[in-house]
Amino acid sequence: MENGSILTYLLITPILGSLILLFIRKEQENLIQWFGLAVSLAAFIISLVMFTNFDQSNGSFQLVEKYLWIDGLNVSYHIGVDGISVLLILLTTFLTPLTLISTWGTIKKNIKLFTFFMLFLEAGMLGVFISLDLFLFYIFWEAMLIPMYFIIGVWGGENRIYASIKFFIYTMFGSLLMLVAIIWLAVDASSQLGYFTTNLLELYKVGPTIARDIQNYLFLAFFFSFAIKVPLFPLHTWLPDAHVQAPTAGSVILAGVLLKMGTYGLIRFNLPLFPQASVEFAPYISVFAVIGIIYGALVAMVQTDMKKLVAYSSVAHLGFVVLGIFAMTVESVQGAVIQMINHGLSTGALFLLVGMIYERTHSREISFYGGIAKLVPVYATFLMIASLSSIGLPGMNGFIGEFLILLGSFKSQVLDNWWFTIFAASGVIFAAVYLLWMYQRVVFGNVTNPKLENLSDMNGKEWLVLVPIILLIFWIGIYPTTFLDITETSTINILEQVQNFTIKLLN
Amino acid sequence: MIDYIYLTILFPLAGFLINGLFGSKIKNEKIIGIIGSSAVGLSFLFTILSFIQLLNLPIDERTRVVELFTWLNVAGLNIKFAYLVDQLSIVMSLIVTGVGFLIHVYSIGYMHGDKGFWRFFAYLNLFIFAMMNLILGDNFLVLFLGWEGVGLCSYLLIGFYYDRKFEKGTVPEAAKKAFIVNRIGDFGFLLGMFLIYQTFDSLNFLEVFSKAEYFPISETTFSFIALFLFIGATGKSAQIPLYVWLPDAMAGPTPVSALIHAATMVTAGVYMVARASIIFASAPAIMTLVAVIGLLTAFFAATIGLVQTDIKKVLAYSTVSQLGYMFLAAGVGAFGAAIFHVMTHAFFKALLFLGAGSVIHAMHEQQDIRNYGNLKKYMPVTYLTFIIAAFAIAGVPGLSGFFSKDEILWYSYSKGNLTFWIIGALTAVITAFYMFRLVSLTFFGKERFGKDVHPHESPKVMTIPLIVLAFLSIVGGYVGIPEIFSGEGGNALKNWFKPIFAPAEAKLRTFGSHSHFEELLLMGISVAAALSAIYFAYVVYTRKKEIADKTASSVKGLYNTLLNKYYVDEIYESSVIKPILIISEKVLWKVTDNKLIDGIVNGSAKLIYYISIIIRKMQTGVAQFYALIMMIGISVALFWLILTL
Repeated sequence: MENGSILTYLLITPILGSLILLFIRKEQENLIQWFGLAVSLAAFIISLVMFTNFDQSNGSFQLVEKYLWIDGLNVSYHIGVDGISVLLILLTTFLTPLTLISTWGTIKKNIKLFTFFMLFLEAGMLGVFISLDLFLFYIFWEAMLIPMYFIIGVWGGENRIYASIKFFIYTMFGSLLMLVAIIWLAVDASSQLGYFTTNLLELYKVGPTIARDIQNYLFLAFFFSFAIKVPLFPLHTWLPDAHVQAPTAGSVILAGVLLKMGTYGLIRFNLPLFPQASVEFAPYISVFAVIGIIYGALVAMVQTDMKKLVAYSSVAHLGFVVLGIFAMTVESVQGAVIQMINHGLSTGALFLLVGMIYERTHSREISFYGGIAKLVPVYATFLMIASLSSIGLPGMNGFIGEFLILLGSFKSQVLDNWWFTIFAASGVIFAAVYLLWMYQRVVFGNVTNPKLENLSDMNGKEWLVLVPIILLIFWIGIYPTTFLDITETSTINILEQVQNFTIKLLN
Repeated sequence: MIDYIYLTILFPLAGFLINGLFGSKIKNEKIIGIIGSSAVGLSFLFTILSFIQLLNLPIDERTRVVELFTWLNVAGLNIKFAYLVDQLSIVMSLIVTGVGFLIHVYSIGYMHGDKGFWRFFAYLNLFIFAMMNLILGDNFLVLFLGWEGVGLCSYLLIGFYYDRKFEKGTVPEAAKKAFIVNRIGDFGFLLGMFLIYQTFDSLNFLEVFSKAEYFPISETTFSFIALFLFIGATGKSAQIPLYVWLPDAMAGPTPVSALIHAATMVTAGVYMVARASIIFASAPAIMTLVAVIGLLTAFFAATIGLVQTDIKKVLAYSTVSQLGYMFLAAGVGAFGAAIFHVMTHAFFKALLFLGAGSVIHAMHEQQDIRNYGNLKKYMPVTYLTFIIAAFAIAGVPGLSGFFSKDEILWYSYSKGNLTFWIIGALTAVITAFYMFRLVSLTFFGKERFGKDVHPHESPKVMTIPLIVLAFLSIVGGYVGIPEIFSGEGGNALKNWFKPIFAPAEAKLRTFGSHSHFEELLLMGISVAAALSAIYFAYVVYTRKKEIADKTASSVKGLYNTLLNKYYVDEIYESSVIKPILIISEKVLWKVTDNKLIDGIVNGSAKLIYYISIIIRKMQTGVAQFYALIMMIGISVALFWLILTL
């Protein structure tokens, strides 16, 4: 394999896979499942090869490929990665095969189409993380919506149509704002550079020079698009509906990767393209992030549906990530990136676990359960580990992210106010409340519901899905250096870009 | 041996992993018990060897850092898994592994026959692992890892009997309460760490403390750091206002109460304050706060202990109260005395709990002391060891508790003021009284249990740890004989800790001298009062029960207030917990989310829908209508053209 085009191989694997899949007969469900898994594993292996070819000490984009695509508009097939995208790509390729395995036996309707959409989705997500051209990025960004729309809309729960349309319209609304901003940016570039371009690397130089009032509007257009995806309070109401209605696999990918596109976008586009606006808006955005942390946790606390509870906890967790990004210190942004991974693992594991018990009982109501520790001790143990990871217990992944974010935001000169951190840190209390409370009501006590008596413990397939996630949870918790080192130079690069244009503002 | 100090941490981890992963397969209680106990036994052995090595080093070389690997390295933050062996951490390690080992052995007998036997030992080992990280960590973050880790183990062990009821609620509720209240404290601890990092650019103990000693840093900054850290301490060490979880923690098995909720974990806050003594000493206002909180906690918890009827509850409030003493000591700047009391308290309070466990065992899980009586006849070893511990906690001269408590009381006066001493001494009197109320109701007087109950002495595996702890409760105090008896420089423990606390004491140096006469006088008063309280309690509760009943009914209001623990739980419930739940559900979720935000979202969708209904009317599909519209359009256009021409 030629290293020069490894990213293309990575991108094309799921695309090709999904196309070949179309030629397999619908009835051959086993073959389809194994084929889907094989393709996603191939993508995972390629992403590992990509990782070995990636130089962590180099902060600029690597493994770059560029071919002119639309001549007159200077639009290119321009891809490449830095440390932050590498980590998110690894998360994507890691979660996809696990998610596919988790659907074996649980997705029964039209397996072929489902597997097709999952691979399609993986390609879309990878495309988002490797695009270095705004036009290309936008295509992947929108393309990703389609498979997710269908995954929720076809394989979802009772209220799936409402949820999928709400998901689609919400995100679409944001995307359109971004599209306008992309075009504006490219037009602005042509007045400065003499040619129309959507090349991100060139726009990094153009963006900061745009007049401040225009820059603010462009910043906001991008920001709204990403904030909806994150989702940042108060733009989060599509999330609980989408999660509750989506099948488990949809929820895992949605929480695990899709939400990260929003925070990734903030880091990749908002900060470096509009540094002055970023610094100016940072305190206001952080206010919403902190509200989200507390609000998400409080609302999660009073949920009666386990999946909805986990969904609201995402609002809180992603609030931490946004706070970390806009605190703009190396600690906080590093924390934000690792927290993106952590959330993918912890919340992914929680959704998988809720899904597993739902498959057995067809209920997600907390009050339906109670005392299952006696019936399914292994399940109870896994649920405990996933909950503690989400709570942010030191020694596990969640703590590393939250700690760095809070530490960084406390000393942040951009925010320059303790209260952000003080309020955000109160989130660590509430996280313990809602998760342990749920755990207590579901797992502890005596079995009172006769329908639970035949509950079976984890099977081999479920072990296989969860163990890799649990191992990573501890790996990040105990030796996060492996992961933090990947992103450090890139993080510093982005912050330096901000610093260069806002030096006066920062001092 | 010091270079291998991490083994004291890894042995319990190995024990946890073996029993945790394979315990349910091993099944054999003996093997599980031996694995669990020997893991801690080996830790104890290595700690002793390290201690001996430290003892043989010159005084200025008694601080050693053993590094394992980097944990976090981001920007200026560099945190290693590194362990600090010095005079303070080694003493704490000895207490934890030593007492911990005894309690592990005792548990083999106590937990015999329990379905969750392996789970119990796995958790207990995990606890020792976390506690050793807390004590030995060379920076705030490793300490915090241990700090949260012990909290988790405490949660798991309080909730060990997860299918049982506990008082008005359930066992898991008590466990959850402990974890969450602790988390409130941890929130403070976290903020403390952030401010430390911002101020000193490090979280490493040696670096932070040496900067704190020499750098010009404002008292306000120190005060905030100390305040935040102290909030953490009030959570873990059950001080006002966060003490409420500890009495409920009694829902756990009794060896857990002895190990975690008496001897070791709850003293973590005291350890942390002592560790950061230089920071606290640089914040005089917070020092006063620490002393006052400690004193009030000591006093109020003791008053609650007076009327409780559950044997473990009495001991729980007693623990809260004794922890208060430790903070009183730290708050007046007597950090060494605080740690001294941590040690003696570990001996006699672990003994009291284990003794209580032995009694509960014998009485078939009956915990109400009103249903005991005359047990000395049936359980001589338990009785004898229990009463030794009771004498120790009551401060009877010659026993360990006397030395440490007297030192605290003396400093509360000499470094604090007379009011501190008066309340402290009064608390000591109350302590002596409620302890001997407990002893009398349990071991003396008439038998108040049914004929179907046949109390018996516990097996050797339980009584031997009792005997060892009784021995320690007697002699444990002689490492800290007050200088008034041993002469200038005769207090061995004080000398041992001197290099650790010298910088803090230098900052706090108070002038004004006190005479030996004063010290002896105060000591005499408090000892005489405590002895009288012991005698009085003995008389009242063995022979003249009616006095107690009469007193209780004559001050019914006060009695009920004490019995209901000043209604603090109820106040928290109605002023904090309920409102948060109601607001979260009724306001945030059902209104803000579902009505307000979704109202706007769905409303704008509806708006577009209705607008399109109106606009749709233009597309009727009738060609004549389009022609008409076209005609009108052309006419208007023409008219406009003509006008503008």
